[in-house]
Amino acid sequence: MATYALKTHLPPYLRDEQRRIEAFAREMGLDFFPTVFEMLTYDQMNEVASYGGFPTRYPHWRFGMEYERMSKSAEYGLHRIYEMVINNNPSIAYLLEGNSLVDQKLVMAHVFAHVDFFKNNYTFATTNQGVDSRTGEPIRKWIDTMANHGAIVRRWANRIGIDKIESFIDHCLSLENLIDPNKPYQPTRKKKTRGEEEDERAKEKPEEPQLLRVDRDYMESFINPEEFVEKQRRRIEKEKEKEKRFPERPDRDVLGFLIDHAPLERWERDVLTIVRREAYYFYPQMQTKVMNEGWASYWHSRIMTTRVCDASEIIEYADRNAGVMSTASGQLNPYKLGVELYRHIEERWNRGQFGKEWEECDDLEARRHWDRRTGLGREKIFQVRKLYNDVMFIDEYLTPEFVADQKLYAFGYNNRNDRWEIETRKFEAVKSRLLFQLTNAGQPFVCVEDANYGNRGELLLRHDHQGIDLRLDWAREVLCSLERVWKRPAEIHTILDGKPTLLRFDGNEHVQRPMK
Amino acid sequence: MSLKIDQDHSRFRKIVRGKIRQNLRKYISQGELIGKQGKDVVSIPIPQIDIPRFRFADRQQGGVGQGDGEPGDPLSGSDQQGDGTGQAGSDPGEHLLEVDVTLDELAEILGEELELPNIEDRGKSSIVDRKDRYVGIRTVGPASLRHWKRTFRNTIKRQIAMGTYDQKRPVIIPTREDMRYRSWKTEEEPVANAVIVYMMDVSGSMGDEQKEIVRIESFWIDAWLQKQYKGLDTRFVIHDAVAREVDRDTFFRTRESGGTMISSAYKLCSQIIEADYPASEWNIYPFHFSDGDNWSVDDTLLCVDILRNKLLPVSNVFCYGQVESPYGSGQFIKDLKEHLKEDDRLITSEIRDRDAIVGSIRDFLGKGR
Repeated sequence: MATYALKTHLPPYLRDEQRRIEAFAREMGLDFFPTVFEMLTYDQMNEVASYGGFPTRYPHWRFGMEYERMSKSAEYGLHRIYEMVINNNPSIAYLLEGNSLVDQKLVMAHVFAHVDFFKNNYTFATTNQGVDSRTGEPIRKWIDTMANHGAIVRRWANRIGIDKIESFIDHCLSLENLIDPNKPYQPTRKKKTRGEEEDERAKEKPEEPQLLRVDRDYMESFINPEEFVEKQRRRIEKEKEKEKRFPERPDRDVLGFLIDHAPLERWERDVLTIVRREAYYFYPQMQTKVMNEGWASYWHSRIMTTRVCDASEIIEYADRNAGVMSTASGQLNPYKLGVELYRHIEERWNRGQFGKEWEECDDLEARRHWDRRTGLGREKIFQVRKLYNDVMFIDEYLTPEFVADQKLYAFGYNNRNDRWEIETRKFEAVKSRLLFQLTNAGQPFVCVEDANYGNRGELLLRHDHQGIDLRLDWAREVLCSLERVWKRPAEIHTILDGKPTLLRFDGNEHVQRPMK
Repeated sequence: MSLKIDQDHSRFRKIVRGKIRQNLRKYISQGELIGKQGKDVVSIPIPQIDIPRFRFADRQQGGVGQGDGEPGDPLSGSDQQGDGTGQAGSDPGEHLLEVDVTLDELAEILGEELELPNIEDRGKSSIVDRKDRYVGIRTVGPASLRHWKRTFRNTIKRQIAMGTYDQKRPVIIPTREDMRYRSWKTEEEPVANAVIVYMMDVSGSMGDEQKEIVRIESFWIDAWLQKQYKGLDTRFVIHDAVAREVDRDTFFRTRESGGTMISSAYKLCSQIIEADYPASEWNIYPFHFSDGDNWSVDDTLLCVDILRNKLLPVSNVFCYGQVESPYGSGQFIKDLKEHLKEDDRLITSEIRDRDAIVGSIRDFLGKGR
């Protein structure tokens, strides 16, 4: 192993445990990157946690705020960080000094499952930085990348001052969630030069309507009737119209668009690029929160209860595990939901509760005692952890039985009673609410509509309204940030209280008015 | 131990300071900080600082939960925001952030916001404080004070001079003569001490609200003068028709129903000063709060006399704050102004309500004396 700046090696007795648990995990079929555990004191832990798990990030006050909050609540005994693991190859995980041995073992078992998930789940493939030609393993050196980002920003800060940089980072972070989750799956288009572009246009898009070939003159009006010619002409015109638009198609990768097209200074472009790249790095973790935590919890409980714990440890383990799985009202515990859903799937596939026959069976009694002894459960959950994200996971495997068993409910704010209330326990409602929360990681859909709005070089965004309004005061702040980056007025079209509304900031004042 | 995050943390503290400054007037008039005072830090709730993003309006969104209850039942702990993203506990919603600020820092913020001048030294510094500072180096001392770098350097110097230093095998062995230790020097520095004598009218016409105003105001006066002087004494005198000295708690709690003889308090104050605080060594700050009612014109004249001959000559400033109450006539402040208008050591201020506290603090402390 490389030498690290911190002296954080595990003590020998924990190294032995690590070896033991690692062997169990492999035996059970988990397939993970090499994993390095480091032991941290609690203020080191708070520091690393504030940096989102990384030892070094770019300088920004919000990390300091996180640190303040974490060390406060650690001091007051409100929460303790047990486990933290970075999606990196080799993976780095941290243990908190002073935790009991059972805790440490629990964390290790949990971590190996996380790393298995990082390595195998398809969403995390977007965080690959290439493939090691010798081993064929993916390269993920994000610790280095983050440290490099830090170095770049620090270098600019030395040159032009930390205050300027930091306030620009504030603006960039306001736009951080405006990325396109599908972007990493699209082939990167090569940038064309202007000449090439024009050649192509000339080749592809004729100015004149293309008529069908007519061998005899008198057939002309039959083969190419007036309406047909007119239609062709209109289509070409329309296409030309579209071409004038910029971007041609609405672009959800607002950050990427700004990097490519906003009039930025070099340092501004560097900062924005860094913020964007990190946003894409963290996105898979938001996309798979339930699955990832559920998977880790599934395996830590399996490894701990069947292999690791002896009789003297099992009570402490159970107590700790119960703490992790506890649910508070009004909050959904992704650990609990995830692990239960995996177990539900495993059970169903073990008993053969799937396929046409199962779907079509409406005899409740038969369904309850349905057992085909297929024993496919383990295989199935491994498949699920590879090929699904949270949205697909819930959409496909949440069943009415599960919702009833787990006592899930949908809640909302009752304006009349001025309080949060349970709304319903109906399967469809719970499922759709859950899916809504998980779709696009719970963020509104926003895209760049027009970068030359009103032919004045203004930036127009569109919020694809899906039933829930934007938070207004924050939306205004974000428009300020957009204006700062684009350096021209920024506007967003959305819906407020059922009416199409535009919000606009031109550098001096905010405008909000309904649209026709 | 110093951490990498310290820099980010200190920049965050700067932002917090700005926030506190912005809201300082609110904090002052609501008096909410006093209850949060620890030994020498005050914990201040500030609105959470966050980075705005395009986000859904909270109340429209709702969420999914797990547990018992019928439709229509309220969620327990309803102030909890429905954290929509399904991340239990990772998103703290809109709670207040509590930050600890030292009293010193708070006073500094107060000073910046109200543009209070620092108090000029009046040259009363006959009291001397001894302080040890580690400035020198010695050849003997305890191991805990060993100066590692100097010792190392001496050893290397000696070994090179003696020719026993081998570059290929750089072993450094210090001998007793090489050892160097930190040593200290005792320095004497003059200190300026100050005493505040708070006097308050506790007769029937001073209600709870009036006392609360005095309490808030005294908290900030304490904080500011604490910052200005190393040693700060506070004494408390309450009076109706007679005056007596009490402790801080009693001072703010007592309620009497008798008449009002302000002169009694001034007399007691002057006695306290004479007995314990010689004017040559102490900076003296008498503060008097009342609703402006006094028993008789004669007594008022007596007050003026005591002020002119006894209190004002020894005080840095004498501050009189008149808290408006529905029962008080408010005459006293006019009398003071009339009789002593030529003396700039007397500062008077009328405090109409809580919002006026800020202005009154500035009146009292704005002269920099």
